[in-house]
Amino acid sequence: MNLTHLEKLESESIHIIREVASEFENPVMLYSIGKDSAVMLHLALKAFAPSKLPFKLLHVDTTWKFREMIAFRDEIAKEYNLDLLVHINKEGVKNNIGPITHGSKLHTDVMKTQALKQALDKYKFDAAFGGARRDEEKSRAKERVFSFRDQQHHWDPKNQRPELWNLYNTKIAKGENVRVFPLSNWTEIDVWQYIYQEKINIVPLYFAKERPVIKRDNLLLMVDDKRLDVKEHEKIENRMVRFRTLGCYPLTGAIESTATSVEEIIIELLESKNSEREGRAIDKDQIGSMEKKKQEGYF
Amino acid sequence: MDLEKFFQNQNNKKQVKILTCGSVDDGKSTLLGRLLYDSQNVFVDQIDQAKIESEKYGTQGKDIDLALLIDGLQAEREQGITIDVAYRFFETSKCKFIVADTPGHEQYTRNMATGASNSDVAIILIDAQKGVLEQTKRHSFIVNLLGIQHVVVAINKMDLVNYDENIFHKIVTEYKELLKNFNLISTKYIPLSALKGDNVFSTFENTKWYTGPSLIETLENIQIQEVDLNNAFSMPVQWVNRSSSDFRGYAGTISSGKVSKGDVITTAISNFQTSIKNIYGPNGELSEAFTNQPVTLTLKDELDISRGDIILTQDNKEIIKADQFAAHLVWMDQEPMLPERNYIFRFNNTYINGQITDLAHSINVNSYEEIATKKLNLNDIAYCKIALTKMHSIAPYKNNHQLGSFVIIDPYNNKTIGAGMIDHALRRSTNISWHEMSINKETRSKLNVQQPCVIWFTGLSGSGKSTIADILEQKLHTINKRTYLLDGDNVRHGLNKDLGFTDTDRVENIRRVAEVSKLMLDAGLITLVSFISPFRSERKMARDLLEEGEFFEVFVSTPLEECEKRDPKGLYKKARSGELKNFTGIDSTYEIPENADLVLDTKTNNAEELADQIINFLESKKII
Repeated sequence: MNLTHLEKLESESIHIIREVASEFENPVMLYSIGKDSAVMLHLALKAFAPSKLPFKLLHVDTTWKFREMIAFRDEIAKEYNLDLLVHINKEGVKNNIGPITHGSKLHTDVMKTQALKQALDKYKFDAAFGGARRDEEKSRAKERVFSFRDQQHHWDPKNQRPELWNLYNTKIAKGENVRVFPLSNWTEIDVWQYIYQEKINIVPLYFAKERPVIKRDNLLLMVDDKRLDVKEHEKIENRMVRFRTLGCYPLTGAIESTATSVEEIIIELLESKNSEREGRAIDKDQIGSMEKKKQEGYF
Repeated sequence: MDLEKFFQNQNNKKQVKILTCGSVDDGKSTLLGRLLYDSQNVFVDQIDQAKIESEKYGTQGKDIDLALLIDGLQAEREQGITIDVAYRFFETSKCKFIVADTPGHEQYTRNMATGASNSDVAIILIDAQKGVLEQTKRHSFIVNLLGIQHVVVAINKMDLVNYDENIFHKIVTEYKELLKNFNLISTKYIPLSALKGDNVFSTFENTKWYTGPSLIETLENIQIQEVDLNNAFSMPVQWVNRSSSDFRGYAGTISSGKVSKGDVITTAISNFQTSIKNIYGPNGELSEAFTNQPVTLTLKDELDISRGDIILTQDNKEIIKADQFAAHLVWMDQEPMLPERNYIFRFNNTYINGQITDLAHSINVNSYEEIATKKLNLNDIAYCKIALTKMHSIAPYKNNHQLGSFVIIDPYNNKTIGAGMIDHALRRSTNISWHEMSINKETRSKLNVQQPCVIWFTGLSGSGKSTIADILEQKLHTINKRTYLLDGDNVRHGLNKDLGFTDTDRVENIRRVAEVSKLMLDAGLITLVSFISPFRSERKMARDLLEEGEFFEVFVSTPLEECEKRDPKGLYKKARSGELKNFTGIDSTYEIPENADLVLDTKTNNAEELADQIINFLESKKII
């Protein structure tokens, strides 16, 4: 009698999540509101049922998320009675850092990477769950499940701890921390199948709907608020679109789609010719760009 | 398309975890690229990027270099090598595959063992032009050692030998000879060309003489038996769930067998007996659960069981309580493994300190020869005995991967430095139990009217340890304190006269003295230890043997130049001339204490003053 692929992934993830709760003093779950976070949260709720989650959730808010994401976040926190912390880099806000004025690289660095480090330092978290998967990007393929970071939160690809069986090394010195990725072995399609099987609630932006968009740098950007600064030659059109990944709205391209249910999304994905991160502006700054960001402390 | 059926099939796909073994030259990356490409698990934008990179780094001229679809980190792409274990994913209509891709150059053993520990099937690549090589032997050995039971031998680059049937059969015969050393359930042989795609997804015209299935069909049809319901039930307690005063559950992943409501169970460490009240799986209450399922168990009686314990059925004869066992070890660190050194052993749900007590032999992974050895270097494999500082429940690795595996952690820097597979428990230790005597440390201390402790002097040869310790002992003596001074040179005349000055012997030297000082302390004495004790981990080991507040590390800080100038025994001179080997400070390291309780500066104070500093220190600690 063997478990199915999805059951095995579920079992592995629950084991990882429980291990962190058992071995670390002050863990936190990074909640980015996206579908991977939704699955990770769902698995954590299963791991500790009927107890409450034995750790807090943290959302690093860049102040440029889609409005629907923020509304969804607050709804979920209420529904599951979650202990949710929201952190914003006040320094960045003071300097008016944003993706449109400062470009994706600086914006991501200040409002995401630096903000995350600030939050981890502020609350002295020793372990932080993230929803990243190995299939997302080439440099992620080598990431450990328990990814060790030094006191400066840096990741050294040449100095990672070997990970055998499910015997994760949770030992760290004071001030150091680990990033833990319970969904390491899940693929995008696995995530969607699990959402389908478990009927997990996700942000409506994943489903196709007529939305006001403009075309800019080959991305279809949704006009989520006035800050987008629509130029005269850019025409706002209402198109049937959805999002494959969710980030800061001026950096996240929509795709044209008619998929209005999880089933339709799965079929669309199976027939798709483009990868999920394609809609992300930040990966393409330069070759090997994700690897560089990770060394600097990006999730 | 019947949607419901489609989704059902999609969600019920089985999982196959594969390890690929081979070096860059065997075309391993190309084969992986081919599997991803032909199974249509590569997206257009990824192919476009690989095309751009092919022009920059590729080896296939104008064609897309499939290997670039999977070579991971930028540093590696530029050098054309892979550094570490990377994981790849692809699926077919029947299976979802997770591939552990490990590099073929140095560090091989370490990375391959890592990949193999989580794989069901190994693909061993052989270059048809070269046949069975030393590395094929190495790959097969590690695959077998880590307990992988299904091997697919992929004889690649058939296009470069004109798809010659005889070459294929010759390699098969050679490999079968090798197999006699191993214990595999299934072995399959397939002639391939990863570059051209022959026999990867479907069988091709070029090898008409080959009638077997393609590589993918072979992988899809391997019968992986993970759950043997005849095995007795066991579950390591991972987390205790106390959601309210009336709910106490034990969460964990079942490591063997099957459990049902009402089953009578025992706990391995705490030795309770009770029965299962309820089983909760990921989707709620269950009447039974089996291996690999994550569950939360509630028990009929209210007991206090904690993480580190194991819940099992009484008939479980495979799981044995022991503090000593024999195991195979893979060493993974630059720093060599030294017997008797203190390490942390990470088991399924607990960390226990222990030592490798007896290094039986190391194994040459190319010739399978057993070699007598005193220490292990990076990528060495060995058979050895291990002693833990407390009892744990273990099982032979071949029967239970969860309870039979462990990793080794350096207590100093927390690095993962080794991994092991338990062969069998050594029971002799269980026959010697600890006798609690009526007269103990406390009663002896009372009689002596003193607080016993160990004052551990460490420092270079000639730094002044023994001189200061001698004066200190005299001072303690005059105030009626009972003392004993263990001096490095003196102990080497008797108890440790069989030991030399290699790193291995230095570790054992300190272990024995630490144990003796513990006995002295137990006898109620203020014990002075004056040993160079050059390594941090042995000094920590000595400290860990005692209780908080019983051990004080005194670093006699004298610079090497100064010791060499003094050279009271003429040893530095001999060491410099090469007459004396392994001399601390010259050709053997001294690791300066980072957190000594007291640092004595011999340049600014004389021995008398320094001894007084220790007296003041002991007074401040209320020892005297």
